[in-house]
Amino acid sequence: MNCQLAPDNILYGNGLYRLLYDAAGTLLPCWLAYLAAGLVIIFILVNGVLLGAAVITWTERRLLGRFQNRVGPNRWGPFGLLQPIADLFKLLTKEDLTPAGADRIVFALVPIAMVAPLILMTAVIPFAQNTALASLNVGVLYLLAISSVTTIAIFMAGWSSNNRYAMFGAARAVAVLISYEVPVVLSLLGVVMVAGSMSLGQVVEAQALPFLLVQPLAFFVFLAGMSAELNRTPFDVAEAESEIIAGYHTEYSGIKFALIQAAEFGGVVVVSAIVATLFLGGWSGPLSEYLGWLWFLLKTGVVVFLFIWIRATYPRLRIDQIMAFSWKFLLPLSLINLLAVSLEVFFLRGETGQLTATDLGIMTGINLVLAVAAIAFFGNLIRRRVKFETRRPAQNVVPGVSTIEVS
Amino acid sequence: MTIRTEPMTVNVGPQHPSTHGVFRVRITFDGEEIVEVEPVFGYLHRGTEKLAEERNYVQIVTLTDRLDYTSSMINNQAYCLAVEKLLGVEPPPRAKYLRTLTAELQRIASHLIAVGFFVQELGALGTPLMYGFRSRERILELFEMLCGARITVSYMRPGGVFADAPREFWPALDRFLSDFPGEFAEMEQLLLENEILMVRTRGVSPLPPEIAVNSSVSGPVLRASGVNWDWRKQEPYDAYDAVEFDVPVGANWDNYDRFWVRMQEVHQSLRIINQCVAQIEPGPVRLDLPLVLRPAAGREAYGRVEASKGELGFYLVSDGGIAPYRCKIRSPSLINLTVIEHLLLGWKLADMIVSLGSVDINMGEVDR
Amino acid sequence: MAIQHVTGPELSELLSAALPDAVAGYDETAVWVHPAQIDAVAARLKDDPALDFRFLNSISAVDFVEYFDLVYHLTSLHRQSCAIVKARVYGRDDLSVPSVYQVWRGADYQEREIWDLMGVHFEGHPNMKRIMLWEGFEGHPLRKDFL
Repeated sequence: MNCQLAPDNILYGNGLYRLLYDAAGTLLPCWLAYLAAGLVIIFILVNGVLLGAAVITWTERRLLGRFQNRVGPNRWGPFGLLQPIADLFKLLTKEDLTPAGADRIVFALVPIAMVAPLILMTAVIPFAQNTALASLNVGVLYLLAISSVTTIAIFMAGWSSNNRYAMFGAARAVAVLISYEVPVVLSLLGVVMVAGSMSLGQVVEAQALPFLLVQPLAFFVFLAGMSAELNRTPFDVAEAESEIIAGYHTEYSGIKFALIQAAEFGGVVVVSAIVATLFLGGWSGPLSEYLGWLWFLLKTGVVVFLFIWIRATYPRLRIDQIMAFSWKFLLPLSLINLLAVSLEVFFLRGETGQLTATDLGIMTGINLVLAVAAIAFFGNLIRRRVKFETRRPAQNVVPGVSTIEVS
Repeated sequence: MTIRTEPMTVNVGPQHPSTHGVFRVRITFDGEEIVEVEPVFGYLHRGTEKLAEERNYVQIVTLTDRLDYTSSMINNQAYCLAVEKLLGVEPPPRAKYLRTLTAELQRIASHLIAVGFFVQELGALGTPLMYGFRSRERILELFEMLCGARITVSYMRPGGVFADAPREFWPALDRFLSDFPGEFAEMEQLLLENEILMVRTRGVSPLPPEIAVNSSVSGPVLRASGVNWDWRKQEPYDAYDAVEFDVPVGANWDNYDRFWVRMQEVHQSLRIINQCVAQIEPGPVRLDLPLVLRPAAGREAYGRVEASKGELGFYLVSDGGIAPYRCKIRSPSLINLTVIEHLLLGWKLADMIVSLGSVDINMGEVDR
Repeated sequence: MAIQHVTGPELSELLSAALPDAVAGYDETAVWVHPAQIDAVAARLKDDPALDFRFLNSISAVDFVEYFDLVYHLTSLHRQSCAIVKARVYGRDDLSVPSVYQVWRGADYQEREIWDLMGVHFEGHPNMKRIMLWEGFEGHPLRKDFL
């Protein structure tokens, strides 16, 4: 018995899926083969994300250790690689507390509501050529839609915990996430415009030159916006440890806490994967037919490292400064990028409506200059706004004592 | 449509990641803004002043270690100066230099912690803190060579120091002095011009000098308010009259200046240490005083030093017995907190933590 | 550069010029004032340009069983001088002394601490509560008769 997958099926583009489907189709009825093959892929994806989260926890702790002149976890397994497993077992054995005044159902739903969007997001990411679970033709839109669901989960956590610190964290998180959604969406419009498609697979294929070079402004805005959405420094006000304990997840313990942490670190993996796909050329590279997955992993790893590096270096901004950064800095930048890219696409697009590598090269030249100028201009503008010229004459009450003054 | 809002009261502490121990402050917020502040103390109150009335003059040195446990050497020094004033004696010159040297090492260690936690409270994930701890660790190792302890040193005694520095101390100190400027430069490079740090701290919570003086604020906090008052200059004790150093003062009176003053004081401490190493000469390190001291009845003395947090004073009253009749400790951390309301009101939650860090309190000293 | 200590006689002279009945006596280092007038003396000490003691170093209370001594260590930053002012309060129960909070804000926690641990009440202090110990604690632990 031979089952045929219709070419317009969104799963058709997935080579691994077709392989599994054909193999299962020899034994099972077609509808069952369709289901079984899908389940296998989902199993791989879910475990991939959670394993990725585990690896990121280890990487982050080791790297932070190196950044900070420490060793980092190195006891459990070679180089401490088993540390995430040990952490998981520790958290599993902890008591699963629910605060007395909590809204129990919402409280318990939060970890699921946080992990689910994350896994859903992986469905459209092309890990290598023809390896996205679903080559959705609205992939970018789907990613943006799903990633905003986390906001609701965070607010659920803050509200249901009946804890004032959690409430603070949730209120901050919602404010930050909503503000950063706007520049992020606008920056992605440019990407979509140049690629001529919302499908992630085609975005990768359109990158004869990585979009990091073609649209540096969009990359910058997207990276900053995503750090904010992931609650990572310098925008980690939602769980600012030194201010509001742990923010929205203050009251979580045991396996729920583990899931929230997994969602957080999984978020880093998925967002890095998205950045790698949209701006660094995804799986494309030398020998990409065979080594596409390796390129993809490498590029994702670079972005993850960037996130960890930023985290190790920068202090946190205040909430009003974060807002100002989004509305007064990132939004104009993304609008400039949008305008520039749309004009360039309009004038460079040939008869076929496609952009060639030369076109992209020209765009790179223009946009790089534009990016430097725009960042310098708006950077100065916002800087002058926050600079405090409050210098007052020092009161040298004791004459004769040699003093040095702040410059 | 109007949304009904109400202020929210939050207990910050005593269990909170950044209240420097067990400080608690009841804060009423209007959104993120602070409208009411009420500090609550006493979670680490151990009754040091009462305990001091039960111990003889030498034993009390161990109690002073536990006041501000990040600057035990300076606490020792303040207490020993008070006792020496009470007895009317003066330690030998080598002891004076050793005291100055160790006190300045301790000041570096304490300021490194203060700056590290200050930046930690700004949200930096411990990197500057760990940079500071790297150098502090070496200072503590030096202390271990001197007296066998790292934190609770009890190195000084009324009439000198407990013992002369061992032979291996001096090369180790030289190694530290040659390495530390480089290590500290890394930290300065990371912090002093850091854009986010500047944006977060410049102009935040300014403390005008009139209020600072009226509230008896002392130490780096007073100097950051533009008042160049340093007891090491005004009333030179031990070997401070033989060394040269500058007094850093702030011009903007804000959180950044409080941080900046501490960073500069590290440089000045280093200068003092280098001069001490150059000037110190062999000789006795401790006066030949009886083990159990009995100052004359009715005498009293107020000995003070410029500790890392401010003016640390010991007011001792003797009744001729082997223990002080009264031992009052003027703790800089507690009194610097007087201005907390002024610093916090009207600022945001995020600034509150930073302002608290910029005052650099130590609960061991606040509660005693 | 070194700081000048204003001796008892000098201080007494300067003070009794303005407040003739406030000074109770003096010795070599300190001047004794009547506790009921400590707030007026404080205001004088701070505002008189010849004294100018704007910085209150510390307030200590010493329990001598029959009486308590309140010791004010003062510093003038501009004149670079130090002084000690003392007030003797007799009795053991219901002790009350005017607060210097309005003159020196720095007295805030120190006066509260003295009330908490020594049991000397300061009139006019806006927040005269226990500071180290909890409300409802019996007695004042730094007194000599505690325990």
